[in-house]
Amino acid sequence: MAIPWDLIVIQTVNGIVTGMILALVASGLTLIFGIMDVVNFAHGELFMMGAYIGVVVLVASGSFWIALVLSVISVALLGAAMQIVTLRPLVGRDPLTTILATFGISLILQNYALWQFGPVARKIQEPITGQFTLFYLQYPWYRLLIAALSAAIIGGLYLFLKYGRYGIWIRATTQDRVMAQAMGIPVPWVHTAVFAIGAGMAAASGVLFGPLVGVNHAMGLDWVLKAFIVVVVGGMGNLGGSIAAAIFISLLEAYAAIFVSPAQAVIVSFVVLILTLLFRPTGLFVPTPK
Amino acid sequence: MTASDKRHAIAYWTAFGIVMVLLIVAPFILPEFWRRFLTEILIWGLLAMSSDILIGYTGMVSFGHSAFFGLGMYGAAAALLMVKPPNLWLALLYGLVGSAMVALFVAYFSTRLRDIYFAITTLVFSQIFYVIIFTWTEVTGGENGLTFSRPQLGIPGIYTVPFTAETLHWFVLAVVTASYLILRRITRSPFGMVLQSIRENEPRTRAIGYPVERYKMMAVMLSGLFAGLAGVLYAVQNRFAAPDFVFFLISGEAVIFNVMGGIGTLVGPIVGAGFFLVMREGLSRIFGDQFPYLIPLGVIFIVMVIFLPQGLLGFAKRWLNR
Amino acid sequence: MTAAPSPEQTLVKIEGVHTFYGKSHILHGVSLVVGKGEVVGLLGRNGVGKSTTLKTIMGLVTPSQGSIVFEGKPIAGLPPHKLARQGLGYVPEDRRIFKLLTVMENLRTGLDRSGVTDARRKELLDKVFTYFPRLAERRDQAGGTLSGGEQQMLAIARAMMLEPKIILLDEPTEGLMPRMVSQIREIVEVLHREGVAILLVEQNVPLTLAASQRVYFMEKGEVRHHAISSELKVDDPVIHQYLGV
Repeated sequence: MAIPWDLIVIQTVNGIVTGMILALVASGLTLIFGIMDVVNFAHGELFMMGAYIGVVVLVASGSFWIALVLSVISVALLGAAMQIVTLRPLVGRDPLTTILATFGISLILQNYALWQFGPVARKIQEPITGQFTLFYLQYPWYRLLIAALSAAIIGGLYLFLKYGRYGIWIRATTQDRVMAQAMGIPVPWVHTAVFAIGAGMAAASGVLFGPLVGVNHAMGLDWVLKAFIVVVVGGMGNLGGSIAAAIFISLLEAYAAIFVSPAQAVIVSFVVLILTLLFRPTGLFVPTPK
Repeated sequence: MTASDKRHAIAYWTAFGIVMVLLIVAPFILPEFWRRFLTEILIWGLLAMSSDILIGYTGMVSFGHSAFFGLGMYGAAAALLMVKPPNLWLALLYGLVGSAMVALFVAYFSTRLRDIYFAITTLVFSQIFYVIIFTWTEVTGGENGLTFSRPQLGIPGIYTVPFTAETLHWFVLAVVTASYLILRRITRSPFGMVLQSIRENEPRTRAIGYPVERYKMMAVMLSGLFAGLAGVLYAVQNRFAAPDFVFFLISGEAVIFNVMGGIGTLVGPIVGAGFFLVMREGLSRIFGDQFPYLIPLGVIFIVMVIFLPQGLLGFAKRWLNR
Repeated sequence: MTAAPSPEQTLVKIEGVHTFYGKSHILHGVSLVVGKGEVVGLLGRNGVGKSTTLKTIMGLVTPSQGSIVFEGKPIAGLPPHKLARQGLGYVPEDRRIFKLLTVMENLRTGLDRSGVTDARRKELLDKVFTYFPRLAERRDQAGGTLSGGEQQMLAIARAMMLEPKIILLDEPTEGLMPRMVSQIREIVEVLHREGVAILLVEQNVPLTLAASQRVYFMEKGEVRHHAISSELKVDDPVIHQYLGV
């Protein structure tokens, strides 16, 4: 069989683009898990709400960038409210309860979106149209923009965590919640802030990804599943690992899509998960298994 | 048996008897819609009860029940479509075998994982089966699912009679009741005690010398079997199978019924299913079809998780398990 | 200071405190007092509840009964981060520095508070680096790469960044070489001179008697005996009673 090099290059680019979005979603999820041991089942719905708010603001303002910023801010606030109302009362209880609570929220958000916006998908217009030629394809510039922006946001997060007073607070809280409190760090608020940051990142992904697919109430479901797989494969709580895993899995899926239908290509991520769980359960990209 | 044990047994079986009588008589009293509704509550209750074995007794949260339920349903569909005339017992057999195999598969991979990883893995497995069923259109009918006719009650070749509304209800009731009694017996057996000890303190159970993984696998298989049984009943009742039932949200609903009704009580999940489904029906009657009933129900669910984690029947947990 | 401090001089007072870990009843009604700027020792065998007492004062565990008063105000049930801001510093038994943060970042967890001017920051850092020159050398190294003794220094330095009125010190000399033990002794003295009170939990009797003004002896979750440090000799039978094998 002749090797379809052009397809491979195209799929590599596609894989990286999807991978960066997935990395953005997964980083938020792993940050939340790493710092407060909460598995946020509603993360996909925060992504979805971000996309919908993007639609609404775009229609009202005509600017993609305003839509992006407002969406991130409002979903971050939504996330903070979620955490304060439903997750704070559950601190110290069985971890199962947070899974249940966030699952309940995901159902509420999904149904709310369905009720408010109806079942028909909406579209977000991309901010830059225009394409360049990649082999025989006209490849949209916008896709590269997504990848660049996602990378920028993740990079910004990394810098924030590494330098800056609040970054130190967050890292200290992640390592030792109790001593962080003993040092005067207001840990409950750090948790709320991190949840808000994770939510904001999910919303950004939703808006950025919106132009590529239709925005509808169920779009969160696929993403939450993929994001969980990425987080487990990358090592729960491991930011760098999630990013690497996101790109790795997306690339594999993109290549698989050359040979099978996209609906079946998702099995790739399942297989990777199973293999990871069997052989390196702490994460494929974690340097030393604990 | 002490005097208080005797008193408990009398009270328990009396309550049981009363509930059974009510359920048996129901088809004669209730209008058609509610009769079917009640039967559906029993079927979903059975699904939720099967998940209670894992959540309530072994302490493992599973989102995989939709896979077991779905395979039970499709297994029954296979029997009813492939063998003429449609045979009830064959449907049961195929369904149970199908779900048992899936349960074995899931059990093998996931039981060595703890807590969250187990929950996520079972969720992923549900979705794997969903994708397979959804895309393998030639065999499973893909998106549209399969339709088939209802088998007859009785022994084919000797004596059969078509199901009537009442007999169908009683058949489902009999199966669900038998399942409850069997599961109750199992939870009170030495095996069941080990499961509960795993839930309470897994490291200690392991330290005492029990092969914890083995017990967990058996718990998953047991749970899977009864979930599959629910799937068969659903197929027989509704005469169709669709991939939607394999989607992980169905498992999520089973977990919701569990939590609402009271985990670790076996009968709580059935009550939880009833509560949820009745509220859903009520809300859509009052506010109309388009009303997003899951919003208030979701809120109630979250409030219960925070303030009433033991569920509606949680107060009776010890009494029910004696 | 010779006897127990007067009410105006009292910094921390706990009375009748009971604490449970799950079902285990660890503290059976502990009562003690620490005066402003006082160094008070808390001695006893392993497992009698000394660490739990410190944890209860710091708000890391909530007592089921009893009162804890700091500067005249009740603090039982307040979250630890509020207490840290009010002037309680805590140095736990296993040091628990942030291993993945650098030395400087560890210090900043206490230093980065509102109300600290840049000048004060510099002062505090200079002070700590003068007392702990090793930490200055390693300021950009990750906490986990430090030796046991250096980690202990860091844990104390970190607490000092809070400018606390009292430091709860849990077994600082455990596992340290003799040279480091005397360094700890010097630090306690320096802190005392600066007016910082210290509640010192220790198994090292000579150091505790030398560094403190008063000592309490605990057994089975209660304070059983109280003495003036200067009046106790190391070979006193009381010592053997509460710390002997």
